[in-house]
Amino acid sequence: MHIVVCIKQVPDSAQIRIHPVTNTIMRQGVPAIINPFDLFSLEEALRIKDKVGARVTVLTMGPPMAETSLRKALSLGADDAVLLTDRKFAGSDTLATSYALTSAIKKLSEEETVDLVFCGKQTVDGDTAQVGPGIATRLGFQQLTYITKIESIDQGAKEIVVHRRSEGGVQVLKTALPCMITMLEGTNTIRFGKMDDMFRSARYSLKTWSKDTTGAEETKVGLKGSPTVVSKVFVPKPRAQKAKMIEAEAPSAEAPSAEAMAAAAVEAILGAQPKLADELLARAAAGL
Amino acid sequence: MSEPSKPQGRKFQLPEHLKEYKGIWVIVEQERGSVHSVSWELVGEARKLADKLGVEVGAVVLGADSPDLNAICADAFTYGADVVYKVTDPVLADYRTDPYTRVMTDVVNTYKPEIVLLGATTLGRDLAGAIATTLATGLTADCTELDIYMDNRSLAATRPTFGGTLLCTIQTLAYRPQMATVRPRVMSMPDRDGSRTGRVVEVFPTLREDDVITKVLSFIADREQTEAQLAFADIIVAAGKGLGKPENLKLVFDLAKVLGGEVGVTRPLVQAGWTGFDRQVGQTGKTVRPKLYIAAGISGAIQHRVGMEKSDLILAINTDANAPIFDFAHLGLVGDALTILPALTDAFGKRLSVNRLAG
Repeated sequence: MHIVVCIKQVPDSAQIRIHPVTNTIMRQGVPAIINPFDLFSLEEALRIKDKVGARVTVLTMGPPMAETSLRKALSLGADDAVLLTDRKFAGSDTLATSYALTSAIKKLSEEETVDLVFCGKQTVDGDTAQVGPGIATRLGFQQLTYITKIESIDQGAKEIVVHRRSEGGVQVLKTALPCMITMLEGTNTIRFGKMDDMFRSARYSLKTWSKDTTGAEETKVGLKGSPTVVSKVFVPKPRAQKAKMIEAEAPSAEAPSAEAMAAAAVEAILGAQPKLADELLARAAAGL
Repeated sequence: MSEPSKPQGRKFQLPEHLKEYKGIWVIVEQERGSVHSVSWELVGEARKLADKLGVEVGAVVLGADSPDLNAICADAFTYGADVVYKVTDPVLADYRTDPYTRVMTDVVNTYKPEIVLLGATTLGRDLAGAIATTLATGLTADCTELDIYMDNRSLAATRPTFGGTLLCTIQTLAYRPQMATVRPRVMSMPDRDGSRTGRVVEVFPTLREDDVITKVLSFIADREQTEAQLAFADIIVAAGKGLGKPENLKLVFDLAKVLGGEVGVTRPLVQAGWTGFDRQVGQTGKTVRPKLYIAAGISGAIQHRVGMEKSDLILAINTDANAPIFDFAHLGLVGDALTILPALTDAFGKRLSVNRLAG
């Protein structure tokens, strides 16, 4: 079985700061990580490899420095890694990105048929959750998003049974390989790499592919291949009025007591929302 | 919203043959006879946009034919739809990506709407990505604001980006339909008008169960509905890192209990394992719009803000008088949440019980 796991190198969003004066993103010193949502999919792929045997190829599209994330994935147990990188891909939106990645998966499939593609549920920088479905649609694979559990996988019969999170519960689905899976967060924990995988990862010579390697058409990638246009990027406007600060009387120079502040806060809340006060009182009166 | 800046370097003219695309559609999300509320929120929003453009609002209802489905079609009019596309087939009884995508692609190609909106739910995001790829058009995910730029009559879809640090406005200028998903509770629920009716266009796709590879073996309904309770709570008491340690979460639960509200938390608390993901409010968690939101020990990072700023009344409690949360809260209290929270619990408790005795 051949499994392709698509990953993305992203800036650690918890550490992004906005410059207070220029209102631009301060990228300097922000560490790059594997998109956290991708790790749940990578771990699931590695578990399938452990259980039934499989070759796991990690694939990323990005600038040359995305190599770091591929090596990290190799050190965790992936067998092969492909870096899809080309200036022509710059500015791709989700439609163009899924096209480019699909061209690489098709090329991988020529070497060894791909049975399963894993993608992250979404990325932490783009947050679209659109590339996975885009790849599934383009490959004609069954699309299994928000998977909480892979119940069984039968290589011979090419059947897979999964649990899929939907709004009011969990769908138990049975389908046929090949398929594209995105795992829900929290469904597993990424393993620690083994020492020999770490050494292998350091020595591994990455496959670096360009647009021409995969035969992607120029009009379908980059800005040309992207229907969406970013017309404006901006910092959210502050509310016209800042918060009305709650104050309370205090004896001499001491700070007001928590009780005095709380009492003032309750009056401010009920004063600002008289209807809410009525509802709360009605609820209290009903003994709720 | 302010005027758009002109995109640089690329040409964005709508080709002549795409100009016949007219109307704004909402794909109504129904599963087992009940409609996800985001669908009606979107019909309300579509109404506003359609009035601006002078076009019709279409609601697409898919499923197996049933009395429930007819009731949903009737409801769609009362929320603001002009036309309901009722697409029925036994194969559509349960949501599955393949048949839903196939049918929706056909219906869009036949009736040619200029805008298609879906809820950013597990179903909506799954389906939208597949439809947009099949139609090779632009899709903007997780929008927090929709508008029409009248100079070219295009949809301006605004969404948080970079984990919510910035907002960006995205347009699909040279392709149709323009697609977007919108998170639940971002748009307000429209008032119903029981007197409104409209046209029903019945669509009977030719689907065969044998052609559908994915089968639904069973459906396990959720036992607890904490998520729904948080998204629809009237009162939310939320905690951030300022609470110091997990044990102190008890203080927000106590206050929430007195107020009959729910407890929400920021993302760092979920990441640190204080509580489950289902209580996370913000960009990657739930969007909420309660009548009262009490933010305790929350600095007000934009990732959190986008999930709660539409609350009717926000009270922020923080030791740092310069915390960004005071820039968008309505009421601010500079103080230690650890002492203010129990005091608030007492004060509300007394206030409510005094009245109860008096009443």
